[in-house]
Amino acid sequence: MTRPTVDARVKTTLPNPVRPAFERGERDDAVIVNIGPSHPATHGTIQVIAALDGEKVQRVDVHCGYLHRGFEKECEDHTWHNLIPYVDRLNYCSGLINDFAYCEAVETLMDVEITPRCRYLRTLLSEYSRIADHLTCVAASLMELGAMTAFLYLVMIRDYIYEHLADLTGARVTYTYGRIGGLARDLPVGWLKRLGEILDQYEVFVGRIHGLMDRNRIFIDRTRNIGVISTADAINWGFTGPILRSTGAAIDLRKDAPYLAYGELDFDVPVGIKGDNYDRYYVRMREMDESVYMIRQLIDLLPEGPINVDDRRCTLPEKRLVYTEIESLINHFKLIMDGPDVPAGEVYAAHEAPNGELGFYLVSTGGGTPYKFHVRSPSFVHMGGVQRLLEGYQLADIIPTFGSVNMIGGECDR
Amino acid sequence: MAAAILALMQQQLVPAGGEASLSHGMLVVVVPPADLLGAVRRLKSEFAFDLFLDVTAVDWPKRTPRFDVVYHFYSTTHLIRVRLKTRVPEAEPIVDSLVSLYGSANFMERECHDMYGIVFRGNPDLRPILLYEGFVGHPLRKDYPKQQEQPLVPYRT
Repeated sequence: MTRPTVDARVKTTLPNPVRPAFERGERDDAVIVNIGPSHPATHGTIQVIAALDGEKVQRVDVHCGYLHRGFEKECEDHTWHNLIPYVDRLNYCSGLINDFAYCEAVETLMDVEITPRCRYLRTLLSEYSRIADHLTCVAASLMELGAMTAFLYLVMIRDYIYEHLADLTGARVTYTYGRIGGLARDLPVGWLKRLGEILDQYEVFVGRIHGLMDRNRIFIDRTRNIGVISTADAINWGFTGPILRSTGAAIDLRKDAPYLAYGELDFDVPVGIKGDNYDRYYVRMREMDESVYMIRQLIDLLPEGPINVDDRRCTLPEKRLVYTEIESLINHFKLIMDGPDVPAGEVYAAHEAPNGELGFYLVSTGGGTPYKFHVRSPSFVHMGGVQRLLEGYQLADIIPTFGSVNMIGGECDR
Repeated sequence: MAAAILALMQQQLVPAGGEASLSHGMLVVVVPPADLLGAVRRLKSEFAFDLFLDVTAVDWPKRTPRFDVVYHFYSTTHLIRVRLKTRVPEAEPIVDSLVSLYGSANFMERECHDMYGIVFRGNPDLRPILLYEGFVGHPLRKDYPKQQEQPLVPYRT
């Protein structure tokens, strides 16, 4: 046996995958600490190299890329429809919003207008996903500060939402529910009734979270005036979403460039005061309330009608016709094998995802597969500016600040 | 409002060698690489495009110049986006970096450098970001085979 043992192979010197931005701190007695990429307190595989003066963070260097899986390269090799399961896995806390943003980008290229029911349903599900995403973020960051009860309350509601979405889509997390020109299926019977029940329970439990956390001395001490950023800085560093709004700027694509049915809804854009961790917590909590308010309006507004456009270029024909009619059979075959024929062109479509602006930049040269696929993912851009939130604070503050930024590995590293 | 800004931009921003068009409601301005930094500076100061959204490249292997470098900007004042494009050849894929204007440009330019090998002149930190130190080639270029693997740690056999 000449095969080396596992020990021998681990010992062979490998080049360091990461070259830190600095080898030493500002002072000679600074200590360089490496946190991650696999660390129990950072959610997501990310590495933080910090230069410490005592316990104070002087400088940090954030490295991502440990999950990089070649998403964009892979997308250039599949048909437009086949990409929907992939985009689900970007921000896996709110897969539906990724689906809808991607579908809208392709629909813009194809000049397809979705049906009214689909439009309202997508809006409703986007807001429902936003609640699930914010619940995850708030729950995780509270748990990291030791608030286990709050975590369990929030995750319980999130699990109701996941189970409820599983009734609709067949999956708890990665839904693959969007379709170019529509949705995979219509609502099951009784789905909206259960939605109302979950929203009522949400209000009870989020009320308890407010009671537990809002004026909690420990929580305030750990989050107030920690990770502060100004509006001008936030814009300069590319922050969008709740982080930007926590600085007091009411910048929200749902208001500023209303897509889907947001133009017809009544809602507020909650903003913070000074852009610290507490404000980010509170903005997320208030945004969930606004989402609930929007969902209740949408339940009343939801029209009857088809959910898929009647367009042979993208919508699969009815199964009954596929089995009985040669045109539909060929249509089905071509859509599956070659993909929808998307005219040549380029498009940038963005939705307000729970973490910020999620944009898809697509280039088509005609045909069934994209020529170029690029995602502008909020988490990746946020990691480029997160050192502004960490430097100058305590080492222990890295954890709550990171929690409040809500880095999602799936969309950061793609 | 947005239409007026677009008209003004179309009138003022398009330099002698550039071109502008509307694509799905978004103004697209193509500038030569030498004019890029000046155009972006004007976008930021005169037209209030304060949010740098994105930079990426598109590879057209059969075309000269081979690469499009594509920028997206958003104005939080006028609530519109603009796309800026510049074309660089394969032999000299160099554009000016925007880190002096936007802090967020650093990370995004690093990614574009990783994936396409575009060099951003003036970016102090073009270390690999999604790839590892020592990775050979640029994976999103069309001539990089999809199946090609370069594991940093050898697979266990």
